[in-house]
Amino acid sequence: MKSGVDTVALTIVIVLFLAVTVIGFLAARWRRAEDLGSLDEWGLGGRGFGMFVTWFLLGGDLYTAYTFVAVPALMYTSGAIGFFAVPYTIIMYPLIFVFLPRLWSVSHRHGYVTPSDFIRGRYGSRALATAVALTGLLATMPYIALQLVGIQAVLEVMGVGGHGNTLVADIPLLVAFAALAAYTYSSGLRAPALIAFVKDSLIYLVIVVAVIYIPHKLGGWGQIFDSAQASLQQPNPATGKPKGSTVPTSQVYWPYATLALGSAMALFMYPHSITAVLATRNRNVVRRNASLLPAYTLLLGLIALLGYMALAAKIKPVGLDGKPNPQLAVPQLFENMFPSWFAGIAYSAIAIGALVPAAIMSIAAANLFTRNIYKEFFRPDATHAQEAKVSKLVSLLVKVGALAFVLTLDKTLAINFQLLGGIWMVQTFPAIVFGLFTRWFHRWALLAGWAVSMIYGTVEAYRVINPATKAHFGGSSAPIPLLDGRNGYIAVTAFVINVVITVALTVVLRALKAPAGHDVTEPEDYTADAGDPRVTPLPELTRT
Amino acid sequence: MVGREDSPASTTGGRAPYVVGAYILAGILLVAPFIALMWVSSYAKDSPRLWGFPFFYWYQLLWVLVTAVCTAVAYVLVHRVDRPREPLTDRNAR
Repeated sequence: MKSGVDTVALTIVIVLFLAVTVIGFLAARWRRAEDLGSLDEWGLGGRGFGMFVTWFLLGGDLYTAYTFVAVPALMYTSGAIGFFAVPYTIIMYPLIFVFLPRLWSVSHRHGYVTPSDFIRGRYGSRALATAVALTGLLATMPYIALQLVGIQAVLEVMGVGGHGNTLVADIPLLVAFAALAAYTYSSGLRAPALIAFVKDSLIYLVIVVAVIYIPHKLGGWGQIFDSAQASLQQPNPATGKPKGSTVPTSQVYWPYATLALGSAMALFMYPHSITAVLATRNRNVVRRNASLLPAYTLLLGLIALLGYMALAAKIKPVGLDGKPNPQLAVPQLFENMFPSWFAGIAYSAIAIGALVPAAIMSIAAANLFTRNIYKEFFRPDATHAQEAKVSKLVSLLVKVGALAFVLTLDKTLAINFQLLGGIWMVQTFPAIVFGLFTRWFHRWALLAGWAVSMIYGTVEAYRVINPATKAHFGGSSAPIPLLDGRNGYIAVTAFVINVVITVALTVVLRALKAPAGHDVTEPEDYTADAGDPRVTPLPELTRT
Repeated sequence: MVGREDSPASTTGGRAPYVVGAYILAGILLVAPFIALMWVSSYAKDSPRLWGFPFFYWYQLLWVLVTAVCTAVAYVLVHRVDRPREPLTDRNAR
């Protein structure tokens, strides 16, 4: 790593960062929002986004520091396994296609803003609704933590931060954190939606330049794959085995497939993804997006390969603390390959690409808390102004929670933050997705399945030890019970346990005629579209 | 289609055969990417290469485009048979 601060790059990053912050503040006035004081306006952007904006908004929260930092870092350290992000972001489209329009319809018929609202109405179960809300709140924090690690990586490569005590080293992180908090606080979802345009333009620019210019400089794609393979075949000092390979070996098949499947199932359980979906204008915007979003997946695949380019370019990223840090591989590659001014633009793309989703995630988690915990248990008669105030405060607390994850968990591989969140998030899949199609499952059975699989998933994740640092939560794959030593993503194993328990207990509870709870939804609610009767969810929406 | 709407409350049992057919076809189109991509051993190989990309990589990137086409076709199929349901919803809501 070059010593000292890269002034040109740093200046560009600061200028672009300030520009984005100004856009964030101006966004509060975008489309003449009547009143950001109400939760629906602040948190759902007034629920009027069409296809074009939604495309950017969804893309904005799906492709994040996860894409630019965490996935290439995994490719860099472990090879082909990291490419699971591509099948993950492919199979999520058919998945979206099947269940999200039904969620849109029922939410708009009944004025649901969060998945938990739906659970409450569908099963008449406060306990299950609270379980879903708490899971969303918990799982969002490590996902935001991943974004903070991404920003930190950029700042470290630019030479910002000191070698001294941890407080000095963390100052740039805290500054970025504060700016994020400030603009989210003042303008809500409209800020990230508008900034998503800026961010995506930057990302497209950087990636097009990177995937044309860098392979050219490194002697072509064939050369990149060959050098990466040679480098990955060298033994890992901690285990003595090869680090990986560019084509997966048979031990990798199961982890690869389960990581892709589990991640895809988790993604649309996150409160922030659902917020983006509910902010669309009609039920078909989501479906049409499902056939357009793959442009992002192609991009993601090429970005993932930056990890191999870093291997081919013989980049040895070392953090400010003197330890190897694979998260720095891509920013370091940019520093070595690009002139300072363009490296600055590339860093900005990464940093802003982490800030936007972090903002969306924290807003969504805050909405969830306000609607399903604060109003449910503390202030059922809260006014809209009070709700909005609590949401803003909680969005800040969620970011603080994320910071706690960064500071306490092993961050050798940042992708494990997101995968840990996924383990928890998938456990709400049966209640939400199955519930969109059938009321056969019993609410108590769903709650029991959720509880057992949450405990199982957390314990299994805790038991994974990182061979290099000996830290707990060192990975997200573990041997699958009954499958003879095969490894798999813990989220999927836990999900199977969840479903088995839910089905078994449902049979028992139905036989015992346990009270099923009142279902306020009707079958036609699930196919209703804009313009249909009663698709006028909340009074706030008609008050324009 | 018009004939179906005239017979009341025939939401599931009395659908025209091609409506069912459209749903099945859409279902197949949506399941195909899962099967193709979960079956990792079918594509975990280096050759043939394309522009220097091992098969493992270009095959999966190809599936991005294939899946986009699959979901687009499924959208058209489902959207066409979904539409006539709206009047039904209207009637039930009253």
